[in-house]
Amino acid sequence: MKLTNRAKQIDNSPMTVAERLYIPAIATGLGITIKHFFKKKATINYPEEQRPFSSIFRGLHVLKRDEQGRERCTACGLCAVACPAEAISMTAAERKPGEEKLYREEKYAAVYEINMLRCIFCGLCEEACPKAAIFLQPDKIAPAFVDREQVIFGKDRLVEKMDDRATTGIQKYTGVKS
Amino acid sequence: MENTAPQLFKVTIDNIEVEVAPGTTILQAARQIGSHVAPPAMCYYTSLKGTGGKCRACLVKVTAGSAKDPRPMPKLVPSCITTVQDGMIVENTVNEQVLETRKGVVEFLLINHPLDCPICDQAGECHLQDFAFEHGRGTQRYEEERRTFEREDIGPYIQLHMNRCILCYRCVFTAEQLTNKRVHGVLNRGDHAEISTYISKAIDNDFSGNMIDVCPVGALTDKTFRFKQRVWFTKPVTAHRDCEHEKCSGKVTLWYKGEDVLRVTGRKNEWGEVTEFICNTCRFDKKKTSDWVIEGPAKVSHHSVISANHYEKKAIPEFGFKQAAQQYKQIDDLPVQLPEGEKKPVGIVVRPDSK
Repeated sequence: MKLTNRAKQIDNSPMTVAERLYIPAIATGLGITIKHFFKKKATINYPEEQRPFSSIFRGLHVLKRDEQGRERCTACGLCAVACPAEAISMTAAERKPGEEKLYREEKYAAVYEINMLRCIFCGLCEEACPKAAIFLQPDKIAPAFVDREQVIFGKDRLVEKMDDRATTGIQKYTGVKS
Repeated sequence: MENTAPQLFKVTIDNIEVEVAPGTTILQAARQIGSHVAPPAMCYYTSLKGTGGKCRACLVKVTAGSAKDPRPMPKLVPSCITTVQDGMIVENTVNEQVLETRKGVVEFLLINHPLDCPICDQAGECHLQDFAFEHGRGTQRYEEERRTFEREDIGPYIQLHMNRCILCYRCVFTAEQLTNKRVHGVLNRGDHAEISTYISKAIDNDFSGNMIDVCPVGALTDKTFRFKQRVWFTKPVTAHRDCEHEKCSGKVTLWYKGEDVLRVTGRKNEWGEVTEFICNTCRFDKKKTSDWVIEGPAKVSHHSVISANHYEKKAIPEFGFKQAAQQYKQIDDLPVQLPEGEKKPVGIVVRPDSK
């Protein structure tokens, strides 16, 4: 099957005198090299320069808080059951009286872990979440790691900080902030 | 001599003919055909007498009352309490009116039901969830305030979430028929009706735990299992033990997470009903593997979320092995000369699950 028109028929016929001189071929090759000096560079000076993210980029997960700073996650387990890589695990706990400012619902995730080696960033957890709690940030890449111990992200690294809130959230679906 | 053998009634349900004994209800006749024609049931419970006729989930159309009087019944009838007649023709899934009515029934049942499935321990094995998913519209038009109740502790083992109750009366019949003294029931009327104990009495009967199993929604849940784990992360295993209690069958389903038994329930059949009830000792106190004789993994429908991510050892279907064994061809690729009289080695198919 022919995919492009760039394929060339192999010609094994003996070379002519001009071809055997090689000088025209060398000149042609050098010409191609010199032409590339004046072309736009394909690379950028990362990290000083950074490429813009695609609008649908799915990066590092975040566990959102609501407008009052309460954790939205209620440990329903739908993200874990939707996860094709089985990267998510959690342990639920019951909210005690007095903790109403910390957790939105009467149940919350005491432990919430994502194994970043397993995660394939498909975004199914975000789709499954009924509480708009987990989002894959469109502007953050999961950090590189050098040790297996760093791979499992717990709540300390996933839950959104109140002074550094994630840009994504429920507004993605509703237009309402927080 | 007169023939005294009981005559069987011929009933046609969704164009499928079935012969049943007189006195059988339409629902039971439909269940004999199979789950694809059986109407859903929220309040009816086979092993409890007197249940049924309350939730209206099982309404069906009777297009011919009987062979003698083939007039259609004027209104939809609740199939769980309507007995069959000879020559009756019933339409369930093939009737547009029935399907449309069921959407309304779902909407009514969900009027006061909170949307807290992410929190509710019943999620994943909830009949109302299944019913709403299969027959509901997926939206709600109700704009008024829902009636709300505080959650109530009835005894040390059972949590009552009155918000989630659909008033099916199953737990009342359970207490009435399994125990000798019922201490809870439905108080007040109409919109104010609620399941409760009289003056916050604790339910401490030996068989009170069965109320958890019969409850179709998450109104009565196991306190010892509260928020421990989602149902679909646990693995059901059937087991039994010799219980000293004379009324207890000792046949249960253990719900494992890893090595731990998180919950013990009665065994539910394909209609989600427990036929052999168990006592509270079996349910709440025997949560060690050593207490039980394990029979094997419980059968879970592959439509159920409980079967999600549970991989059976036999991941490859049986016919795959059969086909491989059948199509196996001996390849003569041994260059070594075998001594005279010795047979060539025989090829074998090794199954990955063989021990």
